[in-house]
Amino acid sequence: MISVKELTKRYAGIIAVNQISFDVAKGQIVGFLGPNGAGKTTTMRMLTCFLPPSAGTATVAGFDILEQPIEVKKRIGYLPETPPIYPEMETAEYLKFVGKLKGLSGAELRKRIDYVCERCAVGDVKTKLLGKLSKGYRQRVGLAQAIIHNPEVLFLDEPTAGLDPKQINETRDLIKGLAGDHTIVLSTHILPEVEQTCEQVIIINQGKLVATDSVRNLQSRARGAESVLVEVAGRNGSLEVPAVQRKLEQVSGVGRVVCKQQVDSRALFEIESQKGRMARGDLARAVVESGWDLNELRPAAMSLEEIFLQLTKSESAATETAKKESE
Amino acid sequence: MRNVWIICRKELGSYFVSPIAYLLLTMFAVIFGFFFWNMLGIFVVEGMEMQMRGQVYPMNINEQVIRPLLMNAGVIGLFFIPMITMRLFAEEKRTGTIELLATSPIRDLEIIIGKWLAALLLYCCLLLFTALNFAFLFRYGNPDWKPLAMGYLGLLLQAGALLAIGTFISTLTKNQIIAGAATFGVELLLWVIGWVGEYETSGWARGFSYMSITSHFESFGRGVLDSKDAVFYIAAIFLGLFLTARSMESLRWRS
Repeated sequence: MISVKELTKRYAGIIAVNQISFDVAKGQIVGFLGPNGAGKTTTMRMLTCFLPPSAGTATVAGFDILEQPIEVKKRIGYLPETPPIYPEMETAEYLKFVGKLKGLSGAELRKRIDYVCERCAVGDVKTKLLGKLSKGYRQRVGLAQAIIHNPEVLFLDEPTAGLDPKQINETRDLIKGLAGDHTIVLSTHILPEVEQTCEQVIIINQGKLVATDSVRNLQSRARGAESVLVEVAGRNGSLEVPAVQRKLEQVSGVGRVVCKQQVDSRALFEIESQKGRMARGDLARAVVESGWDLNELRPAAMSLEEIFLQLTKSESAATETAKKESE
Repeated sequence: MRNVWIICRKELGSYFVSPIAYLLLTMFAVIFGFFFWNMLGIFVVEGMEMQMRGQVYPMNINEQVIRPLLMNAGVIGLFFIPMITMRLFAEEKRTGTIELLATSPIRDLEIIIGKWLAALLLYCCLLLFTALNFAFLFRYGNPDWKPLAMGYLGLLLQAGALLAIGTFISTLTKNQIIAGAATFGVELLLWVIGWVGEYETSGWARGFSYMSITSHFESFGRGVLDSKDAVFYIAAIFLGLFLTARSMESLRWRS
């Protein structure tokens, strides 16, 4: 649905976006992740035909952003960082204006207005002035305007910025609900948001692409090996940690066992192994057969936060060593 | 064309839901009404004096009231036009709504013409108040309507040119006050630039007086349609809108 090829944006003196390439399949939610000033907004602005790229190109919904911008614009919805609302307009009036701009008219327009009002829960403020709405409502009106013409691709620039936790959850649910019908690119610097809503992540830092993969792959890739967390409890109020550790190490495929914490008769172990060589059933059996209780057994997923820091750090470390070498 | 109308309707809506339109209409009506009252007073007194002296110079209401008043309407318009145009693009740039327009399936030129047309229609509303005053002349006297109609055409063309310049200047900044002040400065300069022609006759002075926005109005005020002057205004409109389009394009390359 979106195919980006070596997209570059240079401003006087600085390179905001540096040769980014990636593809997004139809119906996916993609998280566009990066620290502030990484080039997320600039990339989105180029893909929405607001800014022309300095080099490279991209196709959105099958049309080239440079050759056929009008065709691209017909098929995209865009919610910029600050919702583009006119404070002197009423909600319904504004949605009608945007709908007409996007080429809707008549009964279809009325139908779509009712639909997006319901979908984005702004029906109760239809006759209110946009300038008097709270931030949460403005954001939802912004989202309603982005989907009014049922676009194939949606670009949302930090859609949850400035909302309270309840609104953030509602907005995320709304976005998740929109997937399937629409391909969604969502920029953010909030990591849990990506973990919760997105299937695929594109991480950029200082204008460069750092990683692009599915959330799950990225987590295991960052770790290299597979690891699980096991919580074991003793039956009669006491637990010999070294004994458990020894027992677990004997299970085939297990590399290293570390006791992470111990509270009374319970202990949490992190078990590392080579990828695909450890059977979790073996672990469970080993614990239970030795007369302990198995309280919990779960994959020790690395949070995206850690991956993100790891990736962006190694990137800047690499450039620093390169700098030193050139000196 | 449909898109032009959508933008134009929206702009007119913003003028008329905010106090801008009503403020401008009131001020224009008061100021022009004052001019009208004065001009008519002078005309009436002059007429009575002539009667008392027994002189019978022909008096002409078209020449002595309508024509100077139309000139004045143009000058008052000069002060009002920056207030009409300053928000057109500056406000959209400040609030970020320009991103909505620029990412919608609509051409830059349609946005520009729509906005300019809305400004021109608001100016037409201002001119309606002048027509209200002139209606009294038709009720109690019998002026010739043809020079008046030509005068209005001239006013519209003149305003179209000034509005196009204002629209262009509004794309250059995010700050409405800067846009308004710069527009006022440029338009004031275009008004007085013709004065050099009164004492200098060399080529550059002729060029300067040709650029004067008010000198081209004289023929319209007399009730004459001089194609040279009409072409000047139309060319100025095209130039202003062309510069606006270029400026919008460069905005994208720069920002």
